[in-house]
Amino acid sequence: MGSISLFLQHLANGISLGSLYALIAIGYTMVYGILRLINFAHGDIFMLGVYLTYFGVLYTSIPWWLVFAIAPAVTGLVGILLEAVAYKPLRESPRITILISAIGASFLLQNLGIVFFGGRPRAFPVPRILNHVVKVRGVSINVITFIIPVVTILLLIGLSYFITKTKTGLAMRALSRDYETASLMGIDINRIISITFFMGSFLAAMGGIMWGARYPQLMPLMGVMPGLKSFIAAVVGGIGNIAGAVVGGFLLGLGEIMLVALLPRLTGYRDAFAFVVLIIILLVKPSGLMGSGQTEKV
Amino acid sequence: MLRIENLTMQFGGVVACSGLTAEVKPGQIVGLIGPNGAGKTTVFNVITGVYKPTAGRITFSPREGEQYQLVGLSPDHIAKLGICRTFQNIRLFSELSVLDNVFIGSHLRLRSSVFSSVLRLPRYTAEEKEHYEKSLYLLEKIGLQDFRDEKANSLPYGMQRRLEMARALATNPKLLLLDEPAAGMNPQETLELTEFIQEIKEEFELTVFLIEHHMEVVMEISEKIYVLDHGVLIAEGSPSEVQSNDKVIEAYLGVG
Amino acid sequence: MRDKQRTDLAALLALVCAVVALFLANKYLDDYKIRIINLSGIYVTLGLSMNLINGFTGLFSLGHAGFMAVGAYTVALLTMPISMKEMNFFFQPIVPWLANVEVGFLPALLAAGLISAFLGVLIGAPVLRLRDDYLAIATLGFAEIIRVVFTNTQSLTNGALGLKGIPNYTNIWWSWGVAFITVWFVTSLIRGSYGKAFMAIREDEVAAQAMGINLFKHKVMSFAFASFFAGVAGGLLASLLGTIDPNMFRITLTFNILLIVVLGGLSRITGTVISAVVVTVMMEALRFLDESINLGFIEIKGVPGMRMVVFSIILILVVIVRKAGLMTRLKGRESSYAEN
Ligand SMILES: Nc1ncnc2c1ncn2[C@@H]1O[C@H](COP(=O)(O)OP(=O)(O)OP(=O)(O)O)[C@@H](O)[C@H]1O
Ligand SMILES: [Mg+2]
Repeated sequence: MGSISLFLQHLANGISLGSLYALIAIGYTMVYGILRLINFAHGDIFMLGVYLTYFGVLYTSIPWWLVFAIAPAVTGLVGILLEAVAYKPLRESPRITILISAIGASFLLQNLGIVFFGGRPRAFPVPRILNHVVKVRGVSINVITFIIPVVTILLLIGLSYFITKTKTGLAMRALSRDYETASLMGIDINRIISITFFMGSFLAAMGGIMWGARYPQLMPLMGVMPGLKSFIAAVVGGIGNIAGAVVGGFLLGLGEIMLVALLPRLTGYRDAFAFVVLIIILLVKPSGLMGSGQTEKV
Repeated sequence: MLRIENLTMQFGGVVACSGLTAEVKPGQIVGLIGPNGAGKTTVFNVITGVYKPTAGRITFSPREGEQYQLVGLSPDHIAKLGICRTFQNIRLFSELSVLDNVFIGSHLRLRSSVFSSVLRLPRYTAEEKEHYEKSLYLLEKIGLQDFRDEKANSLPYGMQRRLEMARALATNPKLLLLDEPAAGMNPQETLELTEFIQEIKEEFELTVFLIEHHMEVVMEISEKIYVLDHGVLIAEGSPSEVQSNDKVIEAYLGVG
Repeated sequence: MRDKQRTDLAALLALVCAVVALFLANKYLDDYKIRIINLSGIYVTLGLSMNLINGFTGLFSLGHAGFMAVGAYTVALLTMPISMKEMNFFFQPIVPWLANVEVGFLPALLAAGLISAFLGVLIGAPVLRLRDDYLAIATLGFAEIIRVVFTNTQSLTNGALGLKGIPNYTNIWWSWGVAFITVWFVTSLIRGSYGKAFMAIREDEVAAQAMGINLFKHKVMSFAFASFFAGVAGGLLASLLGTIDPNMFRITLTFNILLIVVLGGLSRITGTVISAVVVTVMMEALRFLDESINLGFIEIKGVPGMRMVVFSIILILVVIVRKAGLMTRLKGRESSYAEN
């Protein structure tokens, strides 16, 4: 295999991983935009999405493609529940308080995962048509590597239609830009927040399904690392900014794959890459690549 | 004491202060007035290093022959040089006791290391005692000695304002910046405050730079007044000069 | 002041009682229970250390697992007999400068604390100016980086294989001795001018800075002290367990400490001590939830993960019930000054 085709393969892998980070990062960024909260449990919501799909496919007679739509919707409902139970009662409290609750919620979901799904890894039932290798000009690539970016782009188009064209979407943006004013203008905040959690969780579960198809090993703690990295993607792009989350996700996914590809000696440090990026970004431009900084009024 | 030259401060498109030149002489009480949003607080924020000005120079000379350029220094550095302030929207250490609030004001003068504080070496305890006694004295001065163990945010508004002044005094300032100290006070309290400012000015040999909306306060105690409107200096002079200045009257009437 | 004398007396009495209790425990309890007592002591140190940053200084840091890892590996590598090192590092030999080092427990613990504090300063210097939630994620990131590095530096830490056969120096006197020192240190620090400056920073950074408090210096100071004690506690833990590997130092460990701090109350010293003991004992007592126990006539099936489910729920409930009150302290309690 030539070095160019090898490079293309890495590129495809990077884009595909980046798409997944982007999808999860959107959930972080949307919630942060409105509530100024790092939803620590978001990565675990992602994990839940994968497991729900797993059980849907294996233990019900629903066809897999339908499960792929139902499971994210159910995950979305769990997202709403999570907000109602762990965050809503604390909406007026200091930020640290909500953050602690979010950490608690994250651990709760992880350990509920262990309780109900068992700690042993399970194999994700990948439908055959998503899982075979094709050869394009001598580069052999699994179709899922192509499917992931395509589905991601479709979802992003849907999302951008929603937030720019629908009333709810506009209200969401208003709330994220200026919470106080928007809440005075008669926007039903509770409804918008619920919808935000639903959509973030839905997208995370979509990402989760594709993650499962790409890396078909399920574990209750599988959401932790992708969750943290996607959060970092959101920060890199400029938290609160949806386009930024997408850009951040792609940059991080590509960077991670390229690091391993170009500097194989650093393979073991793969998981540290994102954190190093995070710390550099926080020091150099804390508002992220596409965010806008603001000074506190005194 | 303090010389401001061509000071300009922009926030994005908003010009909060433009080309201000002003001077506060040692031992003076100088007023800074202007309608809402004129940029008064911004001037204080720039002097104390909270914001870095877009342009201009600020020179501070706490003593004869000593001169410091304030632009670019951090707020804590500026406080150590001898400028301390109160805040328009009170910023006390709300969960801490009244006494602790004042005591913390002395912290910047502490010379002992953190280890001698943990080990409570005599060198440290002597200093602590001194700061503690000074804090008590200041509390007595503002009439809050009976509230020393209350939480700062449990005090009524007027007391919180006085507590902020005591905390600022604890830092041993040469120049005291007061941002609307009489805001929210009733006429009786306002009168007391006026006397209080003059009193501490004498006792602690202070120079005072004062923002105030209560005209009776500014006019009574200031030797010199600067008037800002929309970030621009529209008048300066003695209280009587300023009061009869057409531009000033217009600016105030224009705002209503 | 009479009040102050009374609290000092109470503290002394509590100390005497605790020492007697520890002595009796050491003499009459079995190994398992003594181990729990040791763990409690270590968690007291950890809880106070985290409370110093997160509670008193108001900086939300989630890096404890990382500092503990540094301390644990320091103590392990410094106290392990030379022959034991050879056995551990069969995959790749240990770096030469560590191969022939073997020091006593006290110097090893001090080294653990100092290296950890040094790292704390190094890490803290750039990130401590970040706002609460960013700081949380950045410190968490650093802890993860430390873990990943330790997994990969085969010739220094033996990588993912971990270290076995660390000498068991930790006993009740060490673990609780350090705990008492930590209690004393934090109490004394908080009573003094520096501790009050920390709290001022927590209350209002802008005002604190306007009063001449150098935010950077004080934050780094608080962070360094906290890392020091976290490192020492990590060292105690390594020597108690005898075996460590990088995966022990995941965020779960930080979560346990956070649980202790939140239950005991942010900025509460006595609360943290009590909560550290209660949580450690409960972690053990509730172990039955995770494991099957055979009562002879009937076997109760445990469900792995159940224990942490319980603790997560407790954490969320406590946060929700206390809401804003999570951060407040009783009024006027710390107002004691040198007056004589
Ligand atoms: N941090 C900031 N970011 C953006 N704009 C600011 C900031 N601080 C002040 N401004 C703007 O600068 C202008 C002047 O504000 P400033 O607070 O200095 O006025 P002021 O004279 O103190 O008014 P008031 O009498 O209401 O206290 C206002 O338009 C204000 O919105
Ligand atoms: Mg103002």
